Amino acid sequence: MGRYIAKRGLSSLVTFFATVVLTFVLFRLLPGNPITLLFRNPLLTKSEIDTLSAQFGLNQPLYVQFFDYLRNVFLGNWGISFYYRAPVTQVLFPAMINSVVLLLPSTVLAILLGVSLGIISGWKRGSASDVSILSASLILYALPTFWLGILLIMLTIKTGIPVSGMMSVGVTFPNAFSYVANVLEHMILPMTTLTLVILGQFAIIMRSSILGELTQDYVVAAYSKGMGTRRLLLKHIVPNAMLPTVTIIAISIGTVVAGAVLTETVFSWPGVGTLIYDSISRRDYPVLQGAFLVVALIVILSNFVADVVYSYLDPRVKYS
Amino acid sequence: MVGLGILVFLGIIALLAPYISPYNPNQIDPSAILQPPSAKHPFGTNELGEDILSLVLWGSRISLLVGFLATFIAIFVGTGVGVTAGYAGDWIDESLMRVTDFFLVIPAVVLAIVVAAVLGPSLLNVILIIGLLSWPPTARVVRSQTLVVKTLPFVEASKASGAGTWFVIRRHILPNVLPLVYANTALTISNAIFTQSALVFLGVGDVSDISWGQILHFAYSSGAISAGYYWYAIPPGFMIVIAVLGFALTGFALDEVFNPKLKEGLVVGSS
Repeated sequence: MGRYIAKRGLSSLVTFFATVVLTFVLFRLLPGNPITLLFRNPLLTKSEIDTLSAQFGLNQPLYVQFFDYLRNVFLGNWGISFYYRAPVTQVLFPAMINSVVLLLPSTVLAILLGVSLGIISGWKRGSASDVSILSASLILYALPTFWLGILLIMLTIKTGIPVSGMMSVGVTFPNAFSYVANVLEHMILPMTTLTLVILGQFAIIMRSSILGELTQDYVVAAYSKGMGTRRLLLKHIVPNAMLPTVTIIAISIGTVVAGAVLTETVFSWPGVGTLIYDSISRRDYPVLQGAFLVVALIVILSNFVADVVYSYLDPRVKYS
Repeated sequence: MVGLGILVFLGIIALLAPYISPYNPNQIDPSAILQPPSAKHPFGTNELGEDILSLVLWGSRISLLVGFLATFIAIFVGTGVGVTAGYAGDWIDESLMRVTDFFLVIPAVVLAIVVAAVLGPSLLNVILIIGLLSWPPTARVVRSQTLVVKTLPFVEASKASGAGTWFVIRRHILPNVLPLVYANTALTISNAIFTQSALVFLGVGDVSDISWGQILHFAYSSGAISAGYYWYAIPPGFMIVIAVLGFALTGFALDEVFNPKLKEGLVVGSS
């Protein structure tokens, strides 16, 4: 068991290291001199630029820069934002919290709903409920995230539900409760969008898993021995069908992040997604680099956690 | 079947766009800005006075083109990697799988945004980016199937009779792997269309070529959404939905036909 975790952990570390290398290379390819981008002062003389370059270590050979970068990443020094003139970590951290506030409930809800719908759909294969759930899931899967967001905005624009931002601007909140209520109000639309988009995929996957389990011999055996269908379903089929679903859900973390980027942008929710989007137009490369790294890190981490969880669920993996 | 019907419909639109569009999509009419649907403009007009129906019809060309080309790259690379990894085995397999996992882990849209920001938003770049980020699932599927086919008796017999590596791959492995690839292709196209529209919507792809994502991009940035001009946003999005559905349905159907793991004969379960 420990060996398996160690092996997966090592693999995740390698992937993370590769990501860091990729980030480094990618962002060195960006057009523009970082010094001119940071200071944006057309009056900088060449000697000033050279001095600043030396100060930031930009005149060093690339491999020296790379080790500096590596060291800085681990020390928490992720650079200075070109736009905010503040440390990147200071810009990223609040955005990350905002994103998690939106992402976590949406994902959990999507998993709960998607899995339940998938079970119903798979169990009652061919029936009216199956067909309707399947069609709905397919349509949800095909819906572009941002389009659904746009549609929801148009539908609700007259009803007073907030359509952008995380809280009302310029309002003071008399107590914590009204503050939370305000945020929740702003969360309705983005969370609905994100949940709907994700759950379609989960429902389809769970349904396929269930169908795959239904063809197994043990199901036939248990049924013919007289086991009640409800017990058969809940205690045997579903746990077995959960295995590939857990894997797919873990892999889907990447898709969830992508969906979050699109949803955040449409609703101007101040999370990492909007930050990435804004940084591109502002040419704020350090923030972009930091955001990219942190997103990749989160995805790698969740995949690792999913692998460990999967090994707990499936004893066959431990002993392979 | 529904999937195929949709695909045929879309193909016809894309090919015939120049002939069936009522207007030149780039023809602006400043006197008819942001008009709701009418007899003159069945889908209304946008903020420049261009006819939205024509825009949507023309948009199918780029959207589908990017979908196909990007997928072509993805399938080509994916199959190549998958067969090599599956057939060669050992460290080649391991290292190729590490690379594949790496690409699977990085969220594709985020990486696409960053790379597009680096390389510049041209049509070619968008196609390349989507293609190069979509190959891992195909590689995985191909590799699994290669591993299975590799151990089949007739392959062994062939090798024992002196067949070279290329011969075995070409005559035995590939024909048995390709059917699975077809299903995967449809799903990859479906994904590519979605990714392209997302990238263009964010402004990271090329916004000068008419595509469904591009129409939505301007719908959003021109403020038409907040104003409630539904006719601007509904048609292009709807087209994306049915395009994605069309390919996905076809892909699922092909999967059902070709996937050896799905068996017939359910005994349990209420119907």
